[in-house]
Amino acid sequence: MGYVFDPAAVLTGQYLDWFIWGVATTIALTVAAWLLGMTLGIILTLVRTLPFRPLEWVVAGYVEYHRNVPLLVQILVWYFGVPQLLPRAIRMWVNGHHSEFLLAMVALGLAKAAYITEDLRSGIRSIPKTQYEAARSIGFNYLQAMSYVILPQALRIVIPPLINQTLLLFKNTSLAMAIGVGELTYRTREVDSYTFKTFEAFAVATIIYLSISFAIMALGAFADRRLKLELR
Amino acid sequence: MLEIIENNWLLFLIGQYPHGPVGGLAMTLFLAVVGLSLSFPVAIALALARLSSHRWLRGPATAVVYVVRGLPLIMFIFWTYFALPLLIGHTVGGVATLLFALVVYEASYLSEIIRAGIEGLPKGQTEAAKALGLGYFPTTFKVILPQVLHNMLPSLVSQFVSTIKETSLGYVISANEVTFAASQVNNQLMTQPFEVYGLLALTYFTLCFTLTSAARWLERRLAAERGALGIQPA
Repeated sequence: MGYVFDPAAVLTGQYLDWFIWGVATTIALTVAAWLLGMTLGIILTLVRTLPFRPLEWVVAGYVEYHRNVPLLVQILVWYFGVPQLLPRAIRMWVNGHHSEFLLAMVALGLAKAAYITEDLRSGIRSIPKTQYEAARSIGFNYLQAMSYVILPQALRIVIPPLINQTLLLFKNTSLAMAIGVGELTYRTREVDSYTFKTFEAFAVATIIYLSISFAIMALGAFADRRLKLELR
Repeated sequence: MLEIIENNWLLFLIGQYPHGPVGGLAMTLFLAVVGLSLSFPVAIALALARLSSHRWLRGPATAVVYVVRGLPLIMFIFWTYFALPLLIGHTVGGVATLLFALVVYEASYLSEIIRAGIEGLPKGQTEAAKALGLGYFPTTFKVILPQVLHNMLPSLVSQFVSTIKETSLGYVISANEVTFAASQVNNQLMTQPFEVYGLLALTYFTLCFTLTSAARWLERRLAAERGALGIQPA
């Protein structure tokens, strides 16, 4: 066949711009959803520790919903379904302000919060209760025991899974293409349909995804080595 | 909401069948069951290759696993969508495309579970089998893998849940599964997207939550079994 593999053809002029915008959007979406997920994840973890059973059930329900429904379906619910429930004025405002990016961010962030709160909880749980009791018995109060004894150890345990969650989130931003967010996968399809250079376009996207993913994985491996600690 | 169910439950469950191809929830389950079953032998091969002492087996297998872990599933689906027809010389439907991409993707993740399981077994098992005069293959398939697979039963169920959730990507390439069916219903109704997609979410939730609970139950049972036998997790 006369097919010549020519990546330069998709890396010039406006196509290069599209790729750059795609990467920028993917990263922006990852960061925005990460911040939302982290904040909410911490709040949910704190809510869980409150001595009030119904709140615990609410958080458990939240976690189960987000873990047992496909992320794509969650995104579709947010993008197509939720605006229908909003008051008209807010709906108009959202539609006028890149609703797809905003709603994808909300969907990804809320789903991530469910995973993050599980990781945080198991991290805190893995610190033996005796550590807390020992800290209290030498005169630390609750806050001191938490911030000098429990949390520094729990963080060590929690950081590697959190980096893994970041990797999953980064990859999952690609699902936002289904609702028209101009992230990397969406832009790649666009370059493909304008240039018909399918393999070149997807090769470029693949290399970009892999380089960022490998960077996150390397960070995870580094954290794993640095933070590993023997618990007694 | 009840009206939507009343008018569309058949489309949700089996798609256009018998007037067209099977779709809906039936296709989702088919894809998940067949996808996971086909990926299973691939996963075992990948895991054994990654643990092999031959560099030319270990290298490629490790590369495959890392590349798959580094790419979004959707990228895989698109690659399959474009490349598979070129490789086999004729067009491939959405369902077959999705199935192929799922098998490769799931096999890589599953192989990591199997590998961890093999590495988690006490070394004495291999040594004892060797001491009895068993070669590599009898050791692996008669001694090591049966124990590993028994221990990883809960993970296998969780992986099945992941596979069910991943089939929803069929929507992107118009493969006839339940998410695609829901989008068709939504396109017909136009005015009730929250109800339609809410129902879809509820469908997935019921299915996956049941399976997740089963996985947890299995986990507890296995833990109790190990406790009774006095085996320490390695």
